[in-house]
Amino acid sequence: MPSTSTAFAKARAEGRSALIGYLPAGFPSVEGSITAMRAMVEAGCDVIEIGLPYSDPVMDGPTIQAAAQQALEAGVRTKDVLRVVEAVAATGVPTLVMTYWNPVERYGVERWAADLAAAGGAGMITPDITPDHGSAWVAAADAHDLDKVFLVAPSSTDERVAMTASASRGFVYAAAVMGVTGARDASSDLAGPLVRRVRASGDIPVAVGIGVSNGDQAAEVASFADGVIVGSAFVRTLLDHPGDETAGIAALRALTTDLAEGVRRGAR
Amino acid sequence: MSQQTQQPVKYDADDRGYFGETWGGRFMPEALVAALDELTVAWQDAMADAAFVSEFERVLRDYAGTPSRLYHAERLSAQVGARVLLKREDLNHTGAHKIRNVMGQALLTKRMGKSRVIAETGAGQHGVASATAAAYFDLDCTVYMGAVDTRRQALNVARMQLLGAKVVPVESGSATLKDAINEAMRDWVASVDHTAYLFGTAAGPHPFPSMVRDFCRGIGDEARQQCLDQYGVLPDAVAACVGGGSNAIGLFTAFLEDEGVEIHGFEPGGDGVETGRHAATIHAGEAGVLHGARTYVLQDEDGQTVESHSISAGLDYPGVGPQHSWLAALGRATYTPVTDAQAMEAMALLSRTEGIIPAIETAHAVYGALDVARRLGEEKGPAATVIINLSGRGDKDMGTAIEWFGLGDADGEAEPVIATAPGEEA
Ligand SMILES: Cc1ncc(COP(=O)(O)O)c(C=O)c1O
Repeated sequence: MPSTSTAFAKARAEGRSALIGYLPAGFPSVEGSITAMRAMVEAGCDVIEIGLPYSDPVMDGPTIQAAAQQALEAGVRTKDVLRVVEAVAATGVPTLVMTYWNPVERYGVERWAADLAAAGGAGMITPDITPDHGSAWVAAADAHDLDKVFLVAPSSTDERVAMTASASRGFVYAAAVMGVTGARDASSDLAGPLVRRVRASGDIPVAVGIGVSNGDQAAEVASFADGVIVGSAFVRTLLDHPGDETAGIAALRALTTDLAEGVRRGAR
Repeated sequence: MSQQTQQPVKYDADDRGYFGETWGGRFMPEALVAALDELTVAWQDAMADAAFVSEFERVLRDYAGTPSRLYHAERLSAQVGARVLLKREDLNHTGAHKIRNVMGQALLTKRMGKSRVIAETGAGQHGVASATAAAYFDLDCTVYMGAVDTRRQALNVARMQLLGAKVVPVESGSATLKDAINEAMRDWVASVDHTAYLFGTAAGPHPFPSMVRDFCRGIGDEARQQCLDQYGVLPDAVAACVGGGSNAIGLFTAFLEDEGVEIHGFEPGGDGVETGRHAATIHAGEAGVLHGARTYVLQDEDGQTVESHSISAGLDYPGVGPQHSWLAALGRATYTPVTDAQAMEAMALLSRTEGIIPAIETAHAVYGALDVARRLGEEKGPAATVIINLSGRGDKDMGTAIEWFGLGDADGEAEPVIATAPGEEA
């Protein structure tokens, strides 16, 4: 699987930002999550982030918490996540796993990196490890040619922004707000300056996440970032259609289309 | 706090918060790193500032009532054949060792110029202590508490509210202590510019394990000196219960370099470790990362945190402070499970022999320490000395005691069934 940077290069060639969509594996079921993510790819997502459901998701708001909990209660396992990666990566879009650290440590970081690469995964986004406490992951990712997507936040010092950007591969995830995941009405005025600070420290793509839920917000973010990350809005769409897969998938496609138009409208 | 506070501890963390290179550290979202760095610098500056240290000592003395007494429990000593000394943290203001930690952290919050504090709580003891410190220092206070626990501990919810704190029930996850910590972290990510997180135990990301230890270590510093002054000897063993590990590390720290002193931690064995319904994290958990630190964690094959069980809400936590994991790995301290039934037996025993009703958390230490005392008494004779950290009083636990022992019905036919001394029963 090529690095996520290929998706950013393609979007850039088209004069637009990339659309990155997130869903947890195993939500609403393992098969259901594969169907949903494939629909997101077909409707215009350039990159897929697959969440690994975890019992203690400190960076997630109520929407993603609820989905992860549902997936865990239905019995999703780490190996199921790899199965979802394989199925989604087969569509050809770069596919990353977004996970808290302990499940990876438990699986064995070296074995995890090998299995993720073998499944066609492009790499991993790590919300609760930073490069300065993530040397085991950095080594395993490098050994298996995987993307390492670390986060920066509005509170990050310039020094840490530079350190994080140089340790990342694929892209840098800029958290638009000081807060947990979840849709927000107003867009953040912290994201633009943060993106500029990342740009000042290298030319790795920067994608902005947290709070984006519709095409207009996506267009706004796309006007200054290389990528727009949407999570809770996709999860909410599925939560709003319990037990009705057809309706859920249709709504997911409609949202993806709106967002994909947004990243094109916001062209720089 | 005495001069010893300033000395480097051999068993201490490195400057990145790792104990023995493996345990502890800081596995946290980048959004909180700036705040944790700021806190680390503020704490280190404060501990090196004689004015801060003496103000902390003054507040603890005048307001919280420290130094707590080291009391010779003579009847208990006679029963076990060794000298049993109780470090009376139960007599501190708010009834537990926890006041030391919150007064230290709240004083630091003031020094950092922040106006609001948040805290998590299980049984409500740390929440009550935090609300107390917030009242004393005029800080806004929000306490996160698992919804299951707010129902179990309504009296402590009322206490916190009376003290002026806002109590937020947490419905997510298992709706208990670990989820309250998650929710407090989520609050903190969004409020970090004006809010300090008063973490309730010696766990979590760097600098909390070391900082909470520093604020609690007066327990051991005092006890060591009191033991020398009162009896002219160091103890043969020291003992404490271990939830997250604040009262235990608070006692142990002063004795770590006294290699001749045995160090014993007692973990909540619940229904028995073999049943799987327990919270004996070091004894039965495996290394992993929870709430920002690498430590022993109760987890399943996939690294998902497993729910813990203990009759004592204050010990009902699936993680443990990383310094304890390090001390266990080194063999410097020994951690042994004590079941619910054993702890309740010790609660009754201490009540009846000494007229002291301990918290159920504390009763775990009492049970385990009496076993140690019996052994040491046999080995060394009746002058063998054991210090037990009497971390808290049992008033909050009367509901549980009523159910467990069948108390409270003065007209009832049935006599409450209470054991005599552990080991004396048929
Ligand atoms: C009296 C008492 N002892 C012990 C504990 C356990 O905490 P720690 O292990 O941090 O001392 C608690 C927690 O609520 C407590 O109230």
